[in-house]
Amino acid sequence: MSGHQLGIDRVACQGRGLCAELLPERIGLDEWGYPVVPDRTVPAPLLAHARRAIAGCPALALRLERVRTGP
Amino acid sequence: MKTTRAAAPSPPAPYGPTGPYGSRLLDGWFSTGAPADLDQHLRRYGPPPLPRGRQGGLLIRAVEEAGLTGRGGAAFPTGQKLRGVAGGRGRAVLVANGMESEPASRKDRLLLDLAPHLVLDGMTLAAAAVGADEIHLCLPRGRDTQARALAAALADRRRAGLDPVPPRIHTLPHHYVSSEETSLVNWLNGGDARPRATPPRPFEKGVGGRPTLVDNVETLAHLALIARYGPAWFRGTGTPDAPGTTLVTVTGAVDSPGVYEIPLGTPVGRVLDTAGGTTAPLGAVLVGGFFGSWLSARDAAAVPFSKPGLAATGAGPGAGVLIAQADSACGLAGTADVLRYLAAQSARQCGPCRFGLPAVAEDFAILARGTADRALMDRLHRRVGLLPGRGACRHPDGAARLAATALKVFADDARRHLYGGPCGAADQPASITVPDARVPGPEGWR
Repeated sequence: MSGHQLGIDRVACQGRGLCAELLPERIGLDEWGYPVVPDRTVPAPLLAHARRAIAGCPALALRLERVRTGP
Repeated sequence: MKTTRAAAPSPPAPYGPTGPYGSRLLDGWFSTGAPADLDQHLRRYGPPPLPRGRQGGLLIRAVEEAGLTGRGGAAFPTGQKLRGVAGGRGRAVLVANGMESEPASRKDRLLLDLAPHLVLDGMTLAAAAVGADEIHLCLPRGRDTQARALAAALADRRRAGLDPVPPRIHTLPHHYVSSEETSLVNWLNGGDARPRATPPRPFEKGVGGRPTLVDNVETLAHLALIARYGPAWFRGTGTPDAPGTTLVTVTGAVDSPGVYEIPLGTPVGRVLDTAGGTTAPLGAVLVGGFFGSWLSARDAAAVPFSKPGLAATGAGPGAGVLIAQADSACGLAGTADVLRYLAAQSARQCGPCRFGLPAVAEDFAILARGTADRALMDRLHRRVGLLPGRGACRHPDGAARLAATALKVFADDARRHLYGGPCGAADQPASITVPDARVPGPEGWR
């Protein structure tokens, strides 16, 4: 089994906050507009939204990583 | 001053030197009272036993069996790191980390001064074990005397034909985050001495894109002894889950502050006794350095000083730092000073270090001054909780650990500051010496 999770390049991130608008199910913002992601996993139903958030990031700081899950 | 356990068995291997007070790395220093030059070093230890041909794997196995862990802060198993680099794609590179940017630590500087050839042996041996054909020794810029002494030591070794791969010495900008392994790799690659996002970690893709072993200089010195005397000797002191000795820097309210070599797992209280004992009733101990954890003096006394021993309290050994704080001193003021330093010394690359950490430092300063209110406390707890795990490196995580443990250990003090204004300890001498919180300019990273 493999799944997806969000990855953030924290150096590239400029705190523009578009990701939180496009993927509020996973991404919140701190008081300065930088992402807070308590749960990085992206289940299949959220994949399309996650891809839109990645495409929308002006700093190209958001990415989708493939991870192996389960045994 | 006795740090070995009375009932400790003598080392199983016959020839390994374990000197007075259980010292190993500092054995030569205790015997001669002077830094060891190459002649003395060779008389005591002989030349480094370089693995021939494909025998590098044997040394890696010896290091694994010895249970050596990194002495730079993370206490990662060194053997596992060696194996990862040796098995990587392409020719390996070795980087010896002598930066020691932890302001409360002096042990790497002392080791490089007193036993430079143990460190240089370790570099050459580790490089041979992983098949590295490039060796870099990274030192903080500004310690010219030390860099010159090490260059002279390398010249002596060249004449003696000891290092098949001659190491190169570099002096890097000396900021708190410049000693992070990705900072060293980035600088050696021509960039800033600032942390980079991982993955890839240096062991996969480091200097020149090659698998790179970055090890603290003390770790390499231990490796040089393991190569000679074997894993069984190494395990002859310390505890089964944390074998060997380690260098610790003990400061604060102790009679003889300084660097000591102790068996891993020595109770914190006994380490303080080694440093001459306390000079005042203790309130708390900062364990691990500026990235460390506050423990109440009561909790700290019996805790074994090792990664597994301290883990039970949520603390870690860091780079081997203990700061004893008198009960009469203000832990909140001390923590505020350290946080201000950490905020100024960040690389200012990621959100938590650009905004979160300076805000936490400012909140703490207000709390220490006794002008905080309930809303500030709620805000402070929330801001501290949002620091960890959100930077390219662990800088915000370390600062958060310091702040969170201070809020816990000094909770009563915080309440008093909140409702009764600043405490009477404001005019007490600070137990933590904090360097000037200089903000590096844009040119200051290269």
